[in-house]
Amino acid sequence: MTFEIPDFMPVIPELFVLGMACAILVIDLFVPQARRDITYGLSQFTLIGAAVLTIALASPETRFTFNDTFIADGLSDLLKVAVYLITAVVFLYSRPYLQDRDIYKGEYYVLGLFGVLGMMIMISSYSFLTLYLGLELLSLSLYAMVAFNRDSARASEAAMKYFILGAIASGMLLYGMSILYGITGSLDIKEVSDYLITSSAGLNVPLVFALSFVIVGLAFKLGAVPFHMWVPDVYHGAPTSVTLFIGTAPKLAGLAIIMRLLVDGLGPLHHDWQGMLTILAVLSLAVGNVVAIAQTNIKRMLAYSTISHVGFILMGILAGTHEGYAAALFYTLVYAIVAAGGFGMIILLSRRGFEAENLDDFRGLNERSPWFAFIMLLIMFSMAGVPPTVGFYAKLAVLQAVVQVDMIWLAIFAVIFSIVGAFYYLRAVKIMYFDKPEDESPLPKALDMNVVLSINGLLVIVLGIFPGLLMSLATGAISW
Amino acid sequence: MNFEAFLFYFFSVILVGAAVAMITVRNPVHAALFLVLTFFTSAALWIMLEAEFLGIVLVLVYVGAVMVLFLFVVMMLDINLARMREGFIRFLPVGIVVAVAMVSVMTLVIVRHFHMEAPERAGADYNNTEALGQILYTEYVYPFEIAAVILLVAIVAAIALTLRRRPGTKAIDPAQQVRITRKGRVRMVDMKSEDKS
Repeated sequence: MTFEIPDFMPVIPELFVLGMACAILVIDLFVPQARRDITYGLSQFTLIGAAVLTIALASPETRFTFNDTFIADGLSDLLKVAVYLITAVVFLYSRPYLQDRDIYKGEYYVLGLFGVLGMMIMISSYSFLTLYLGLELLSLSLYAMVAFNRDSARASEAAMKYFILGAIASGMLLYGMSILYGITGSLDIKEVSDYLITSSAGLNVPLVFALSFVIVGLAFKLGAVPFHMWVPDVYHGAPTSVTLFIGTAPKLAGLAIIMRLLVDGLGPLHHDWQGMLTILAVLSLAVGNVVAIAQTNIKRMLAYSTISHVGFILMGILAGTHEGYAAALFYTLVYAIVAAGGFGMIILLSRRGFEAENLDDFRGLNERSPWFAFIMLLIMFSMAGVPPTVGFYAKLAVLQAVVQVDMIWLAIFAVIFSIVGAFYYLRAVKIMYFDKPEDESPLPKALDMNVVLSINGLLVIVLGIFPGLLMSLATGAISW
Repeated sequence: MNFEAFLFYFFSVILVGAAVAMITVRNPVHAALFLVLTFFTSAALWIMLEAEFLGIVLVLVYVGAVMVLFLFVVMMLDINLARMREGFIRFLPVGIVVAVAMVSVMTLVIVRHFHMEAPERAGADYNNTEALGQILYTEYVYPFEIAAVILLVAIVAAIALTLRRRPGTKAIDPAQQVRITRKGRVRMVDMKSEDKS
């Protein structure tokens, strides 16, 4: 048996993040609590370094290594850089929150970096095995981060729920993958796809059987209805800084595994998974938008809003065209930016001993800080899809893709429920601008957080006025 | 029915029976022991499928290590069974409907559509462990390393979530104990001898 040394060039960003995470883990032991900013700075350096390496190594052609279990292409480069940037913003927002709650510890950043590594592995996976392992690496880091505030009973409960439902989802996904392996005889996504193309067309029941388990597993992980039960509880129970992390970057990795697994691997079964995704999308749009109206807790409201956004992302994918995939990618990128801003606002309004979790805590924000009320207005408008914010273009692109494949009823359905959803986003705006503040205390003054949050909010409108740049990046990444 | 089929059904019946018993018995220690039996019989099935390495690992790791730890946990925690059973009756009808639907659909699909040729038997000189060892560090080195990172994260997470340094505990530091000198413990006191009276 011969063994070739694999090409390590494409995996250099992964190796860098892994090496730095291990180094930070050790360095953090010797850093006194007062100097914890060293750990924070090193974590940010890791993310920036990984971004530089990924961009430096990016090239238009597709690169495989490790016996074709690792892929680096336009999609992986774009998503990885987006994951680094979003995570860097998350780390920055988290710092004041963690400091105020006396959980400003190095492990938070180390686990976050390992989560990033898991996402990178998922994004670059080209085999069922690496895909699953990346997912587990990410999930395990997230479970621990949810329980990070050990003295909070609610966080522990949320972590337990997340862990058990996550384990069931992993089991489903593995079961589906194992049947696929049994039928096709390979774990390699390319070989599975080749097998499906050459095998006889028509309804192949065992394949659909395996496919349904794979889809259930993915839907659990993404939080699509009817597998969404964990989302509100976890978003609500986790520390806000962790909710911010869960709600943003992992969605990008989730999109990546759908692209690898369903589109690249099981693409020939498109006809079969289109129907399943349609059901998930329709239910997610309906339940997410309607139930969000009844929420008074803003973290739960954003959780249900996430569910409805997942419905939109699935709509882009189920179209099954390049335009659809590009629209789904665009939507996910936009969603990650907007959600980071939304949860960042909750962190901004919170302070030591006080969690700004309820909608009422945003009451009269305009009188306390007109600037941040305006930023929140932009974020809410973007989530609702009001032009000229970028959320409008994201929704428009997805709807166009769906209309192009003659699923006009689905587009109309999505528009109706977006209008229903606009109600609770606009209610938040109304509370900020037309109600009297109950809480007159001034907003905290952390310069870095204020600046980045402002940029984050303004990005929503800048990208909305010039959507072409991000859209061309998304289309470029999809057209391989 | 040849001997191999007999063995298969023999182990399968015990496996399914033990699995059912595991989730129905009231005593958690018994449940853990039934799980051990389930693992053991599935290891036997794996060995019959020529996956002897996996069978041995299942016995060594799960039966030998994980379940023993689990028994310790069960014995140390005082689990309130009455509370665990709350809502069992309430959710039973829904549970039965879902379970019956799932099982019938899956049986239908598996019985009617899964027909595969059994792969050829490997010879007596075939070594499953060697074959795994050869590809584990070559072809599958990337997944293998990721698995190692997952274990590292598990260690970090477990320590971050459970290690507490409480100031008030009365734990003894062995290093300090060893460093003790006679001066720290014994005090010489001059006393006058007293008369017996």
